[in-house]
Amino acid sequence: MTTLFASLRIALRALMVNKMRSSLTMLGIIIGVGAVIAMIAVGSGAKKKIADQIASMGSNILIVLSGSSTSGGMRFGAGTVPTLTLDDSKAILAEIPGVRLVAPHVSGVAQVIFGNQNWSTLVYGTIPDLLEIREWSLNSGRVFTQQDLDGAAKVCLLGKTVTDNLFGGIDPIGQIVRIKKVPFTVIGVLAPKGQSAWGTDQDDTIFVPLTTAQKRLFGMQFPGMVRVITIQAREPEVMKTVEEQITELLRQRHRIQPGQENDFSVRNLTEVASSAEESAKVMSLLLGAIASISLIVGGIGIMNIMLVSVTERTREIGIRIAVGAKSKDILLQFLIESLALSLAGGTLGIGIGIGGTLILSSFTQWPVLFSAKAILLAFFFAGSVGVFFGFYPARKASLLNPIEALRYE
Amino acid sequence: MMEPLIQIRDLVKTYHLGEVEVQALGGVSLSIERSEFVAIMGASGSGKSTFMNILGFLDHPTRGEYLLDGRSGTNLSRDELAEIRNQKIGFVFQGFNLLSRTSALENVQLPLIYGQIPSKRRKEMGQQALSAVGLEGRAHHHPSQLSGGEQQRVAIARALVNRPSILLADEPTGNLDSKTSGEIMAIFQRLNDETGITIVMITHEQDIAAYGRRKILFRDGRVVEDSVS
Repeated sequence: MTTLFASLRIALRALMVNKMRSSLTMLGIIIGVGAVIAMIAVGSGAKKKIADQIASMGSNILIVLSGSSTSGGMRFGAGTVPTLTLDDSKAILAEIPGVRLVAPHVSGVAQVIFGNQNWSTLVYGTIPDLLEIREWSLNSGRVFTQQDLDGAAKVCLLGKTVTDNLFGGIDPIGQIVRIKKVPFTVIGVLAPKGQSAWGTDQDDTIFVPLTTAQKRLFGMQFPGMVRVITIQAREPEVMKTVEEQITELLRQRHRIQPGQENDFSVRNLTEVASSAEESAKVMSLLLGAIASISLIVGGIGIMNIMLVSVTERTREIGIRIAVGAKSKDILLQFLIESLALSLAGGTLGIGIGIGGTLILSSFTQWPVLFSAKAILLAFFFAGSVGVFFGFYPARKASLLNPIEALRYE
Repeated sequence: MMEPLIQIRDLVKTYHLGEVEVQALGGVSLSIERSEFVAIMGASGSGKSTFMNILGFLDHPTRGEYLLDGRSGTNLSRDELAEIRNQKIGFVFQGFNLLSRTSALENVQLPLIYGQIPSKRRKEMGQQALSAVGLEGRAHHHPSQLSGGEQQRVAIARALVNRPSILLADEPTGNLDSKTSGEIMAIFQRLNDETGITIVMITHEQDIAAYGRRKILFRDGRVVEDSVS
């Protein structure tokens, strides 16, 4: 313990004597650690953003799209032709045990008018379960009831963006808006949801009862059909099974022969969203490459300067060995010296990494996230580099022959 | 009757310089009693420095036996030798060999650091050793702020601080003028008288050697003269 503390003092003093040399040597480590910090901050920031977006869509969600049907030799893309029915949706909920909630919907872009304001938005005809699946609450008013659904009531819920654009400061509850020239009473305003994983504004929307939409807005061409069924599974583990069971059930219901293509498609939204993570991963990889190269170059710099230091201080080492320093004392002294170099560089690098990342994110609008774990990891990396690259020079010093070392000029 | 501090029998040291085999010591036998003050003389190449290195456990003999205080250096590891040097031997060199960036007091404490002495005790012992060579007022000066004679006195204090059995001095006055040399020798004599420490000193100057009580002359790796004055 005595020796350890003394070694630390000796090492720090040796570094202070060559301030310029020490700081230049630390540069590689500073850049390396800075890049590690930036890499993790950008990576985890992106990950968090994506996780938030997935959470905003609701969790454990599968989507069944209608379409891809063949009609007179012409094939239509997914979702273009409604091939799903309300009964399909009911059957899924009734027959597949892993399913918690099911919400069918039709949708389309429609012009909405209030007073002298008008706005084009995406109108969903659906049932209240969709709001529950997407964990979407109301800011004011109420959702539609079973009565509204049964009676195809002309009521609607407005998203935040629509409310802002049509109503300005007025309370929209109880007001009449015209959707495709059909008058609807506003019964509720949705809480803001923000951007989706694809960058679209989720608040630019209007919800109406499914039956109303089918009868009055989009349902004229294919009565009783729905375009999309949103399904929430009970837990993430059953997603795969539920997906397979839905496919099987719908093939049966639609009387699709073996070998024939599905007239619907099932998608796992979580998987779709996580593909957005890829771009963040590329950035992280790039920073990771910079980090590892800088740390290696920095380590070689430390090794180089430590070798110079050992040569310069050959005589000092000789004196120490002559008066009774053991190999491990000398080894420890030089290891502590290189460790001090790399940790000092690491500390500066953490500061520069955090500062640089904040500047980067203010220019690029990337979300960044710092964590104590990342900072400790970077610090640990710096220390490992110091020990790894400092070991060879330190070992060389510890094995010097005292007689020759004392004679060294 | 105590056995001699140093017992040497038929010590041989050969170096291999490429193809050539050089015999630095060709069979030296002698013993040194406790509290002796021995001057070793000889021309350069006579083997006296090799002899000192072996005495100081810095080098192994090729053949022969060397016992210091009953302990042999043969078959000891590098670290065990370091421990013996730390506990039993004090070195004084021609070039002082102080650490330039550390104060006199810290220089003196160096052997104590490696002897695992706690910091507070180290300081006390360091101050004591500096007082013994008359440098108590210079404790916080760095070597560059001290004269040659003072630097050598710091080195002597460092050699004494661990209370070793033997003080080995290799040309201790080689870099000093004659007046300062006399002062250093006076310190050696006083230490030898007062504390009874055994001193073995290499020199090539007759008048410096005269401070010793026994003179050993080396030539071509052998002892050719061993006289007590």
